[in-house]
Amino acid sequence: MKTTSAKDVGAGDAFIRIDQVCKTFAARDGAPIVAVDNVDLHIGGAEFVSLLGPSGCGKSTLLSLVAGLIQPSAGGVDIGGAEIAAPYTNVGIVFQSDLLLDWRTVLGNVLVQFEMRGQDPRPHEARARELIASVGLAGFEKKYPWELSGGMRQRVSICRALIHDPPLLLMDEPFGALDALTREQLQVDLQRIWQSSRKTVLFVTHSISEAVFLSDRVVVMTPRPGKIREVLRIDLPRPRAIDVRDTEAFAANVRHINRLFQDMGVIH
Amino acid sequence: MSPAAERLKNFAWSAGSFLLIFVAWDLAVRLLRIPAYLLPPPLTVFWAIVEHWRTLGIHTLWTTGTILAGFIAAALVAIPLAMVIVVSPTLGRLIYPPMVATQAIPKIALAPLFIVWFGFGLMPKVAVAFLIAFFPIVIDTIVGLRNIEPGMIQLARSMGAPPHRVFLKLRLPNALPMIFGGLKVASALAVVGALTGEFVGSDKGLGYILLQASGNLNTSLLFATLVILSLVAMVFFYAVELVERILIPWHVSQRAHPS
Repeated sequence: MKTTSAKDVGAGDAFIRIDQVCKTFAARDGAPIVAVDNVDLHIGGAEFVSLLGPSGCGKSTLLSLVAGLIQPSAGGVDIGGAEIAAPYTNVGIVFQSDLLLDWRTVLGNVLVQFEMRGQDPRPHEARARELIASVGLAGFEKKYPWELSGGMRQRVSICRALIHDPPLLLMDEPFGALDALTREQLQVDLQRIWQSSRKTVLFVTHSISEAVFLSDRVVVMTPRPGKIREVLRIDLPRPRAIDVRDTEAFAANVRHINRLFQDMGVIH
Repeated sequence: MSPAAERLKNFAWSAGSFLLIFVAWDLAVRLLRIPAYLLPPPLTVFWAIVEHWRTLGIHTLWTTGTILAGFIAAALVAIPLAMVIVVSPTLGRLIYPPMVATQAIPKIALAPLFIVWFGFGLMPKVAVAFLIAFFPIVIDTIVGLRNIEPGMIQLARSMGAPPHRVFLKLRLPNALPMIFGGLKVASALAVVGALTGEFVGSDKGLGYILLQASGNLNTSLLFATLVILSLVAMVFFYAVELVERILIPWHVSQRAHPS
């Protein structure tokens, strides 16, 4: 169990720099709501970082800020040395909802990544098939989304986020809607994909064990307004198997985060 | 059960339910001694169709043409108009209120005006069919085009898609099930519109035959016309559904319902 700093990216330089970022929304009655309050966070290349916090703590807002889908009220986000002022396109995004297109097959849903960019998808078909096979969906290329289970659908949406080989993967509670068994399997699969592709992953979750299992660093956030409460470095060796959860080191991390949430009054 | 066997079973049920209605109808007429000028038995209606097949055939063609012209014109105007309303909020604010206002006028009340404007030909009937079929298509297309998950739009933005591509590749295909819902409602309403037009002033069409038969107390011809009319409406409805099946099989096959 090791507390670390929000700017300690380990070896190498920071790939993403979130500097003094604030985001304020106007509520329906016009009163300002502070969703993200003065967050500093640096993320290294190929690092796996989780944002962990209760619902409404601004972790999804922070993810949208990194994606450039919304702009900060103060401060700035910088990816690979460039300030983000518009939607960042060199990225794959996975949401809690798989957002597959009902009218497209599995293959078509993966290749939509290129079509939306105005590129010819045909040269990428072979790679798409490989990717689909690598997540255990070989033979399902011509199936439609409604013919798949929830876990399979989310695997397709992960393929869609990876097919153009972006350096950054943003995931907003991607396994939140899945049953516990499917969820664990997808966590193991995601770790494998991350280890072989060495992408930077920013992962939003409210599951403590999911964050500890997957991450290099876990960023624990406070309830609204969202601030960073503490950053933990998870030093468990990789690859982590499912039964790493039974180790004392894993339990110590979970216990520590639980205590943080108790201190903040999130868990009573 | 195989799809073919399933379809055969469904057909058998439909046929059975119609047979049941005819038997009940026939029995009611016989047992309650209902006079034929009020309610002719089914067989009499059948023979009336056979007897008047030439007249009925010509006027059916006329009415079918009116329905088709009104329906197609409504679809051709309504769908692009809905697109404009969704794509441009400014034009939407300009078009939407007067469009809703026209719907507040009962379309049937406009039929006499159309006679004044367009005379006694095909035109005023097509106009009524058009007006009455138009509204559900516009509304359903607007709802369909707007009904897209916000996450989907965010995803498209992160893929760098310009608005026109978001519209063509996401909004439009996503709206097709709703558009077809509107078209199916409109297909039934176009029949009502065509008939209304014919009631108000015509010497052709099934609406004209209905008025004639009623004036002559020719109830069997009246019923014969009603049967033909409902057949036309049904064929028309299923034709729209067939196009739906061909264009959006992905939607039709996940819709769980007995058809």
